[in-house]
Amino acid sequence: MLDQVSRTPRAIDRVWSNEGVTRVPFWIFQDKEIYAAEQQRIFQGPSWNFLCLAIEVKNTGDFVTTFVGDTPVIVSRDSDGELYAFENRCAHRGALIALESRGNTKAFTCVYHAWSYDRQGNLKEVAFKEGIKGKGGMPPSFCMEQHNPRKLRLAEAFGIVFGSFSNEVPPLEEHLGEEIYSRIGRVMSGRTPVVLGRYTQALPNNWKLYMENVKDSYHASILHLFFTTFELNRLSQTGGIIVDATGGHHVSFSAIDPNAAKSEDYDSQDLRSDTEFKLADPSLLQSFKEFPDNTTLQILSVFPTFVLQQIQNAIAVRQIVPRGPDKTDLHWTLLGFAEDTPEQRLTRLKQANLVGPAGYISMEDGCVGGFVQRGILGAPDEQAIIEMGGSEAESSESRVTEASVRGFWKAYRARMGI
Amino acid sequence: MHVTDTTALINHVQNAYVRCIDSGNLEAWPDFFEDDCVYKITTADNFAQGLEAGVIFANSKGMLRDRVASLREANIYERHVYRHFLGQAWIVSESADQVRSETSFFVARIMRDGTTDVYATGRYIDSYRMNGREPRLRERIVVCDSSRFDTLLALPL
Repeated sequence: MLDQVSRTPRAIDRVWSNEGVTRVPFWIFQDKEIYAAEQQRIFQGPSWNFLCLAIEVKNTGDFVTTFVGDTPVIVSRDSDGELYAFENRCAHRGALIALESRGNTKAFTCVYHAWSYDRQGNLKEVAFKEGIKGKGGMPPSFCMEQHNPRKLRLAEAFGIVFGSFSNEVPPLEEHLGEEIYSRIGRVMSGRTPVVLGRYTQALPNNWKLYMENVKDSYHASILHLFFTTFELNRLSQTGGIIVDATGGHHVSFSAIDPNAAKSEDYDSQDLRSDTEFKLADPSLLQSFKEFPDNTTLQILSVFPTFVLQQIQNAIAVRQIVPRGPDKTDLHWTLLGFAEDTPEQRLTRLKQANLVGPAGYISMEDGCVGGFVQRGILGAPDEQAIIEMGGSEAESSESRVTEASVRGFWKAYRARMGI
Repeated sequence: MHVTDTTALINHVQNAYVRCIDSGNLEAWPDFFEDDCVYKITTADNFAQGLEAGVIFANSKGMLRDRVASLREANIYERHVYRHFLGQAWIVSESADQVRSETSFFVARIMRDGTTDVYATGRYIDSYRMNGREPRLRERIVVCDSSRFDTLLALPL
């Protein structure tokens, strides 16, 4: 049974402009009150949050510690083969119950006063509960069953584990919708993921600036010159974006047609580009055919803070963890598959150079959010303009649009009630 | 003494390596490597768990040159420099043409506005091909103690 989440909602006295999601006020990235309300209304509200991969908690007793928003959470597999998730917060005095990132355990014991929990998050032991020699101890009225860390609902999509504090959120598949759900399956289904590596990128900005960036197909070929120069992606190629009905989830995709005529669009707009730039070792971009379709790039996000990435053969999941109004942790998990040949695995290692803090096409994403955070410092009441491609938040065949960014704000405003 | 001599030689070339990066002469950085080199930046957690992928992976000198070319021509990042501090090289093993060594590093990052932070600490796990008295890196695994990278990793370690 899911424990009831109740927190006193606090009123937000800020008002969004009447221009809808084509304008985003900068205080949304700065206010502590907004940050606190997000934890409650979004992360602990009716959303499904990425927790981990099922393969990371494969065996009985395996656990990982993770986050929902900034709330620490434990995911563990019990002897019944099922996964359970609960807050990583001792019911006694609030200390973290588990301190390691991952491990295997029979039970969880808080180091502070040795209150102990089973792998389902049920309080099972209280040290010195009966006191010593009839003195001290907990009162007889104390009922362990009533004192558990809050538990989460769990659901899996193709080996990706999501959790929710909410009883109201619809089942995961329905919540994601067919278009999003099936594209998770496109990358993950029918094979066994293998973790190739992990790292964390500390971003000097609000979490929403990173999510905007993920959903922004407009910037990719402009900010990331590596992408453009090597024709991994051009706005004029086939592709598009998919925005789900809530606006919160999206897929941006493109397909490379090597026979297509080179686009003149860039030359005519004087964008940074250098066609003289050639790789000394082009094996970096020599991909193997992994999917039946011709899609070479698929960036998929699930509201609020999950990204599944396919950039050629570089597959990764990204978890975005807010750490305060102007700090965000971006946890990368690079994936291969058990079915990979050694050559395919090597290609994945090489193409991992495209992403992460040193990524040829993603290092800029690490700093651009900070540029905004610093740029808006003195302008909380000014607004961002998000009008490329109109004012709607709908799927589009063009990637020269900010429709999925507007979609994010549409979903965000609905959840936040602002 | 022979061991001391090897240590001195490795220390010497490693001093040249960090001087090259810290002075901004990135174009010369690949020349510390053999053509068939492996250069990897990863985390202590990945390394301990035997996870192959890290933050940077290159298995040719060409890929190192591409890294420099991309930093110069393509990638966007705020201007900054590193200051490397190296421990003494620890010679793990030594044969006729190969020396394996480990060396601690400490790297401060100085941003254009003067902000100076401890950017990374860790160790180089190296295999040098000696080429007589001109050791070049056959393999350098840069194992960062922390799994957390602040904002981005542009310049090599």
